[in-house]
Amino acid sequence: MQILNPLLNWIDARFPLTTLWNEHLAKYYAPKNFNFWYYFGSLALFVLANQIITGIWLTMSYTPNAEGAFDSIEYIMREVPWGWLLRYLHSTGASFFFIVIYLHMFRGVLYGSYKKPRELIWLVGMLIFLCLMAEAFFGYLLPWGNMSFWGAQVITSLFGAIPFVGDALVEWIRGDYNVTGITLNRFFALHVIAVPLIFVGLVIAHIMALHEVGSNNPDGIEIKAMKDEQGIPLDGIPFHPYYTVKDLMGLAAFLILFCAVIFFIPDMGGLFLEHPNFSPADPLKTPPHIAPAWYMTPYYAILRAIPNKLAGVLALALSIAVWFFLPWLDRSPVKSIRYRGWLYKTALFVFVISFLLLGYLGLSPTSPALVLITRIAATLYFLFFLLMPIYTTLDKVKPVPTRVSGS
Amino acid sequence: MSADEMDIGRRRFLTATTAVIGGIGAACAAFPFLASWAPSVKARALGAPVDVDISKIELGQKITVAWRGQPIFIVHRTPQELDSLALVTNELRDPLSKESVQPKYADNVYRSIKPDLLVLIGICTHLGCVPLYKPEVGSVQPGWEGGFFCPCHGSKYDMAGRVYKDVPAPLNLVVPPYQYLNETVLRIGDDTPPGAA
Amino acid sequence: MKKEKGMLVWICACFVLMVCDFPFAYANEEEVSLDKANIDLTDKASLQRGARLFMDVCSGCHSLKYIRYSTMAKDIGITNAKGGVLDEVVKADLMFVGDKITDPIISAMTKEEGVAWFGTAPPDLSLEARLRGTDWIYTYLRSFYLDPKKQWGVNNTIFPDVAMPDVLYNMQQQLLKEPGGQAKFDNAIRDLTNFLTYVAEPIKLVREHIGIWVMLFLGIFFIFAWLLKREYWKGVHSAREDE
Repeated sequence: MQILNPLLNWIDARFPLTTLWNEHLAKYYAPKNFNFWYYFGSLALFVLANQIITGIWLTMSYTPNAEGAFDSIEYIMREVPWGWLLRYLHSTGASFFFIVIYLHMFRGVLYGSYKKPRELIWLVGMLIFLCLMAEAFFGYLLPWGNMSFWGAQVITSLFGAIPFVGDALVEWIRGDYNVTGITLNRFFALHVIAVPLIFVGLVIAHIMALHEVGSNNPDGIEIKAMKDEQGIPLDGIPFHPYYTVKDLMGLAAFLILFCAVIFFIPDMGGLFLEHPNFSPADPLKTPPHIAPAWYMTPYYAILRAIPNKLAGVLALALSIAVWFFLPWLDRSPVKSIRYRGWLYKTALFVFVISFLLLGYLGLSPTSPALVLITRIAATLYFLFFLLMPIYTTLDKVKPVPTRVSGS
Repeated sequence: MSADEMDIGRRRFLTATTAVIGGIGAACAAFPFLASWAPSVKARALGAPVDVDISKIELGQKITVAWRGQPIFIVHRTPQELDSLALVTNELRDPLSKESVQPKYADNVYRSIKPDLLVLIGICTHLGCVPLYKPEVGSVQPGWEGGFFCPCHGSKYDMAGRVYKDVPAPLNLVVPPYQYLNETVLRIGDDTPPGAA
Repeated sequence: MKKEKGMLVWICACFVLMVCDFPFAYANEEEVSLDKANIDLTDKASLQRGARLFMDVCSGCHSLKYIRYSTMAKDIGITNAKGGVLDEVVKADLMFVGDKITDPIISAMTKEEGVAWFGTAPPDLSLEARLRGTDWIYTYLRSFYLDPKKQWGVNNTIFPDVAMPDVLYNMQQQLLKEPGGQAKFDNAIRDLTNFLTYVAEPIKLVREHIGIWVMLFLGIFFIFAWLLKREYWKGVHSAREDE
């Protein structure tokens, strides 16, 4: 290490390497009471890296046109050395990305991480979530299977609900009168370069904003309020080495689950790789039962439950957009669920159930009885947000201690 | 704090062990990415041996067939052309093909199994261009006895694909593995007798 | 703290229940109960019998365009002691069209001929087992019944108005004359189903084999990562308070 010092000095005089290392790792003081829920940020970063690297490798053998796309996927799966692993890493990674992000977002809701002063972290995070959905949607078309095709067909048709310009807009997005190779080609460009560039930029902004204000914690206490003589938070510990070793352990546990799916159940019984997608796109034949990928189904269920095209599309858009307003809908004086009252806890509990239920219903073939349940669940979904200013104001909160628990 | 000091050795051991195991894991994870660049099953299938009917190649004629996406020259050399090989020996860089690449059965004065039929990979050993076939005497320069001329950087080879001195190419043209299945069929890319596999 | 962990367990349980309970539809028109195929991908003799049956009765109309004769022969064990493919055996027993052993398995029938003869082109079957499912193939091939109203005089209980004739009819009738004929027929179909399941994902056994080693490795890595974390975190809850 001594030998490397002059080199480090040379670099530091020209690039803030040591400064960056200290700001973001060695002297970034994180609350010492992070629990299980705090693994998912670094895991999301890992999955992002996995998607980018395997994605680059897949483009090396993929053919982005209607004639060759489906064949090239099978070529990767069967004839490229280790191609099957690269493809399963990418397809399983897509589903795991959503699992990790949903848990990461739920953590934010549990402990009020979106509340002042972290509103921008939340907003940037929501933009990342939109990017993730766009990325998943564009990528889903690329295998050019029949599910890919009809998924793109249905989602692009949503824009047709917009008054006056809808039909023209749909044609513009598709670049053709139907979803065709032209659409595939532009979705490929968006999937492999346009969206990832924005995605990575937003992730950097997300982390910079986080490290500016500091991390929240399960108690929702601002650790910067209590500092020692050197200005170090009393409840803070340096991210490196404490959280680097802890996140490494989390990563190992995550990899066990991740690899178990990749090597033993890569199609997850039709959930991660849908069966109808093993036949090539056929514009003349819709699969008997069509549903979006599992991570989109809660919103899709909301869309389907409303018997009016425009209203359905608006509800779908609103169901995602409403998340952006969370920092201002929540009027509670406390952040963490630990110090909130039964009103909020009940509301959150009902919300989680309705969200999972919507997800389940969005996968199921529709029936009149299910439509009714879907409408109830969708109503509860929206009420969680719309009534939030009321019930968080009325809620009886417990006093928040000045030091984190376990101190 | 004293508990920490006592465990410094254990901490070092665990850090080193985890780093080594993690390093092995990272290397194993990198392997499929690197290995995926090797020729695919499809590339290898397309690179399978090629059978060529040689009965139609006239004396003095050159044909080019593709094997593994590379041009393979097959030249039916005239007796005069075979005689010319001895005339240019002094002007060659590696007249005995000591450093050049050819199968054992083509490591002779004609660089071929049958003297009249020359089989070469038509790729210049300099930077990979395809040399031109220039059999006519004097066609490249005065005193030219026939051979191959690379248009990219001017490398010259004789009628056995042997490289001249004072040109950029370092070695003679490569002879691919080949065999005669019978009097009229030449197999390029495979020299193990059928049935021996 | 306890409560939040409980919540996670609860959400996971809901998710698992959802996944287990949900009938993730294969791409089949009808919801029908299927017979279990009980195939064994490690049974190379079965795969070879299945391959032979496929080449004899199916390959006239159906291709397996995503797999090559050489790959198939290597994987299902038509090899010598060193693992080299027995080209001559493959060519004599399994290759009726195509000239090179490295060619994909393409039927001699063209799309146009298929449309002219059957009304629809016989589909490529490379991915049939992943599209419709192993059990579906097994059940489908055993579900033909006589129906004089149809073009080929047969229909199928799980694929109504199917365009395909019952190509196994003669073989079935022949076997049914023997004692235990139904079981023999079922076994032949099982071999064929086994073969088609192999073709749908040739790498499957290798994948699972590698997976076991990956799991073992990750298990060891996790233990050391956990020990390392525990070592670093030993003093955390008291250390800062001492100051």
